[in-house]
Amino acid sequence: MNRRYLIGMSLMTAVLMLAGCGQKREAVIMAGSTAFQPFAEKLADQFMVQNPGINVTVQGGGSAVGIQSALSRTAQIGMADLLQLPEEAKNLTATEVARDGIAIVVNPGNKVEGLTVQQVREIFNGVINNWKQVGGDDRPITVVSREAGSGTRTSFEQIVGDISLAREALIQDSNGTIRETVANDANAIGYLSHGLINEKIKPVKLDGVECTTEEVVCGKYLLVRPVFLLTQGQPEGAVKQVIDYMLSAEGQETIKNSGLIPVK
Amino acid sequence: MKFLGEKGVRRVLAGIAFSAISALLLIALFIIKEGLPFIISYGPIKFLLSSDWQPQAGKFGIWPMIVASVWVTLGAMLVGAPLGVACAVFLTEFVPRRVMGVIKPTIELLAGIPSVVYGFMGVMVLAPLIRSQLGGPGLSVLAGAVILGVMILPTIISISIDSIQSVPNSYREGSLALGATHWQTTYMVTVPAAKSGIIAAIILGMGRAIGETMAVIMVAGNAVKIPISALDSVRTLTANIALEMGYATGQHRQALFATGVVLLVIIMILNSLAGMSIRKKAGKR
Repeated sequence: MNRRYLIGMSLMTAVLMLAGCGQKREAVIMAGSTAFQPFAEKLADQFMVQNPGINVTVQGGGSAVGIQSALSRTAQIGMADLLQLPEEAKNLTATEVARDGIAIVVNPGNKVEGLTVQQVREIFNGVINNWKQVGGDDRPITVVSREAGSGTRTSFEQIVGDISLAREALIQDSNGTIRETVANDANAIGYLSHGLINEKIKPVKLDGVECTTEEVVCGKYLLVRPVFLLTQGQPEGAVKQVIDYMLSAEGQETIKNSGLIPVK
Repeated sequence: MKFLGEKGVRRVLAGIAFSAISALLLIALFIIKEGLPFIISYGPIKFLLSSDWQPQAGKFGIWPMIVASVWVTLGAMLVGAPLGVACAVFLTEFVPRRVMGVIKPTIELLAGIPSVVYGFMGVMVLAPLIRSQLGGPGLSVLAGAVILGVMILPTIISISIDSIQSVPNSYREGSLALGATHWQTTYMVTVPAAKSGIIAAIILGMGRAIGETMAVIMVAGNAVKIPISALDSVRTLTANIALEMGYATGQHRQALFATGVVLLVIIMILNSLAGMSIRKKAGKR
C-alpha cells in the first residue's frame, strides 16, 4: 500500500519534471526598485505576449538589491531608481528607461495644497511640526519616510538637501505602505513614486508646481529621479530584447500611460 | 524498516535529531561570528547604550530599539498574561471536559494565523482606532502591545492548561473536603500548585513577543526614538533587522547581525529562565 503510493508519487514528479523540460523558455530575471516594480511587471507581461519564448520574472527588494543582484548575477537586469549610482555600480552598464517624479503626498482631508522646498525640508527635519505653520489646521504633523537605503528616500533627501530625518518619523518599507499610512492618517505627510498616486492620497504642489507628467517632462518639477536598468556588460540576447522593448515606442507609451515619464 | 535493525534505527533517529540541533548551533555561530567582531570594534557600551542610529553617518546605537522591545513586550504581557492565565484557569476548572475539547483547539488555531494577518488587522482596525480615540500616529507601542498580546495567547493558554491539568486531583479533593469552595480551591490550591508551569508559560510567551517581527513592523511605526508614552511610534530590535537587511552592506550589515546577537542573548536568557521554572516544579515533586 505504502510502496504503491511512493511509486505513484515518484511517477507524478517525473512527469511534472518532464513537462517542465518540454517547453524551453529563456528566463530573464529583473530585480530591484519597488517603485519601478509594478511598471516593470506590466511591461514584462506585454513583452511576454509578443515573445512567448522568453520568460521575464520581476522581483522587488529595493534599488540596493537591484545593484547587488546585477553584480552577483542573481538577476540579469537590476532596477535602480537613484539620482546617482553608488561606487560599486560603476562596472555595470546602466540604461535609463524612464524618469520618475517623487510626489509629496498628504491625506485628502488636509487643507494644505502646496509647500515650498524649504517647508518640506523643515517638516522632514522636525522643525515644523504643526500643520498650522504651513497654512493648515492646528494639528500635529506625522512624518512618514522610508527606511535608510531606499532609492526613493535617497533621491528625495539628495534633491531636497540637508535632511536629517526627525526622530519621530514613522518608517514604512515600501511605496505601497507609505500610501496606505498616508491614506489612513489625516495628519500624515509622505513621499512616493509619482506613478503610484491614487484617489486615496493627495499630492501637494512643490514650489507652486504640480507633480504631473507634463510638469516633469518640461523640467519644472524638482523631485525627479531616473530609473536605471543595470546589466553586466553590454546587454545581449534575451536581456537586450527586454530592454529594447522597454525603450521602444510601445514600451515608452505604456510607461507614460502608467504615470511614469518616458525618456524618449 | 526491518532491514535496518534495532541499532540502525536508533542511529538514524539520532542523526536526524542532531541535525536539528546542529542547525541551531550553526545559526547561533554564524550570527555571533558576523556580529560579535562589530560589537567589540565599535564598543559594546556605545553600541548598546547610545541612542543614535544613523547607518549612513556610521552611527549605530541600538538603545532606542532595546527600550522599544522591552516596552512592547511588557505591554504584550500586560494584555496577554492575565487574559491567557484566566482563560486557562476557566477552561480547566470551570468547564466540562467536553466543552474544553472544542474550545482548546479553537484557541490553538490562533497560533496558526500568519503574523501578517495580525499585522494587517492592526493597521486597518487597531491603529485608526487608537489614532481617533487617543491621538498620536496610531502606529504605536500600544498597537504593537495589543496585537502581540493576542498573538501570544495560544502559547500562554496551552502551556498553562497543561500545567494546571497536571496538578494531582488529590490536592483539589483535599481542599474541597476541608470545606473550601470551588473558587477558593482554585485560587488557593490549584493555581499555586501549578505556579511554576504558569510562569514558564508567561516567559515563553514573552520570548515569542520579543521575537515577533512582521506584525510589529506593520503596527509599531518603526521610528527610531525612545518612546515617552504608549502612543509613540517605536522600532523593535527585530524590526530593525528586517527593515534594513535588504540594503545593508559593510559595517551597517555587521551592525544588524550584532542586533541579532543581542536578540539571541535575550531569548536564550528567557528560555533558560522558563526551563529553570519548569525544572523547579519537577524537582519539588
